[in-house]
Amino acid sequence: MFDYNFHWRPVMKSLPDLLEAGLVTLQVAALSMIIGIVIGLALALIRMHMRGPVKWLASAWVELARNTPALFQLFFFGFGLGAVGIHMSPYVIVLSALSFNCAGYLAENFRGGFQAIPDTQLRAARSLGMTVWQSYTRVIIPQVFRIVYHPLTNQIVWAVLMSSLGMLVGFRELSGETQALASRTYRIFEYFAVTAVIYYVIVKIILGASRLLAARLFRY
Amino acid sequence: MIEIRGLKKFYGSLEVLKGIDLDVPKGEVLSVIGASGSGKSTLLYCINGLEPIQEGSVKVDGTDVHAKGTDINELRQKMGMVFQQWNSFPHLTALENVALAPKIVKKKSRAEARDIATRQLQHVGLGDKLNVYPSALSGGQQQRLAIARALAMEPDYMLFDEATSALDPELVGEVLDAMRLLADEGMTMICVTHEMGFARDVSDRVTFFHEGILEEIGTPAEIFGAPKSEHLQKFLSSIR
Repeated sequence: MFDYNFHWRPVMKSLPDLLEAGLVTLQVAALSMIIGIVIGLALALIRMHMRGPVKWLASAWVELARNTPALFQLFFFGFGLGAVGIHMSPYVIVLSALSFNCAGYLAENFRGGFQAIPDTQLRAARSLGMTVWQSYTRVIIPQVFRIVYHPLTNQIVWAVLMSSLGMLVGFRELSGETQALASRTYRIFEYFAVTAVIYYVIVKIILGASRLLAARLFRY
Repeated sequence: MIEIRGLKKFYGSLEVLKGIDLDVPKGEVLSVIGASGSGKSTLLYCINGLEPIQEGSVKVDGTDVHAKGTDINELRQKMGMVFQQWNSFPHLTALENVALAPKIVKKKSRAEARDIATRQLQHVGLGDKLNVYPSALSGGQQQRLAIARALAMEPDYMLFDEATSALDPELVGEVLDAMRLLADEGMTMICVTHEMGFARDVSDRVTFFHEGILEEIGTPAEIFGAPKSEHLQKFLSSIR
C-alpha cells in the first residue's frame, strides 16, 4: 500500500539553491512591503482627506486589492498587461502584484490607525508652530505606526507566502525553484516538504525579529 | 498685544462667536468665564488660527492671524497653547515632548533643545521626570508637561483652554500653581477657566461670555463684586 521510497539526497544536494531562492523570496517580499507601506499610507491619507476622482481611484485600489484573489492580481500584472503589450520580467510582475496587494491591505490598517489618534494631537502639534508635514511625521505617524505594527508584521508574512504564487508567472523564487528542481528529479514530495520547512523558518525568523524590534521601538 | 475686531465664527449655520471686540495688552492676565457653549474655547482657537473665522480680524502684535500671507507657523511660536485634554505626545518622554518643537520648529541643536526642555520641566516641578513617558504621569503632571512644552517655544502669549477641567480635583491645585507662577513672571495670558478662585485672584481683568457675545468685561472686583448684566448675575449665582 505504501511503497513510496523517500530519497532525500537530491534535495539536500540542492539545498544551497533552495536557500538562495529563499533569499529572492525574502527580497521581493521586503521590497513589496516598503513600496506597500509608502503607497498604503498615501492611499489612506487620500481616502481620508481628499474628494473627487483621486479619492475614487484610491478607493478602487483598496477595494480591488482586498476583494479579489491575490492570484488574479498577479495574473493581471503578468498576463493581463502582457496582453496589451506591456511585458515585464517575472520579478517585476511579482513585485508589482505584491506591492499592489500590500498597499491595499495596509491602507485600511493605516486608516484605522489614523482614526485612533485624537484630532487634538494634531492641534497640539500645530499650536507649537509645527507645519502639517512636521506634525504628521513627528507626532501622528509614529503613533499610527505602533497601532499598525502587528498588522504590518502579518502583512510581511503574507507577502512572503503569497510570493510563492510567483512560480505561476515563471518567477524563480523559492517555490519556483523548488518546482523546477523537483520536476527534474521527480522527488516532488521531498522537495516541497523541505521548502515548506524553509518557508516556516523564514516566517518564524520574521516574527521573532519583529518582536525584538517592537521591544526596542515601543517603550511607552 | 492681541487685537480682536468684529470676530464672527460659524460652525455651519451655527453662529458661535457673534462679533467679538477685545484687546489684550502685553503683560495682562485675562480670564474668560461663561457657561459651556458660550464660545470661550472657540475664541482661543480663533486667536491662534486653529479655527478659521468668517468675519472680523485677529491681530497679534499687528500681524493678522487669518490673512492669506501670514506665516501662521511662525506666528504660533509667539502663542503657547494649553488644552483641556492635555495632549502630551504619548510616544515621547517628557523631555522629548518638550524638546521636539524647539528642535524641529526653531531649529535648535539637539543639546540646546534638551537644555531648554530640562529647564522648563524643572520650572514646572517635573525635573525628576525627564525620561518618563506620559503614560506614567498623572493628569496634573501631564498638564504641567503641556505647559512646559508650550513655554519651551518662549512665547509672548499663553492661551489656556480650560486647563484644569479634565483633572481630578486633587490635581487642580498643582496646575493652577504653575499658571500662577507664570502670571507672576509677567506672562500675557488668556485663560478660559471654570476656576473662579483663579479668575478672581490672578487675573487683571475678567470677561464673561454668553452665547457667543462678550457680555461683560472688567476687573475681578467689578465682575465678581458688582456684576451688571443679568446673565452674569445668574451665572455667578449658579456656580456658587
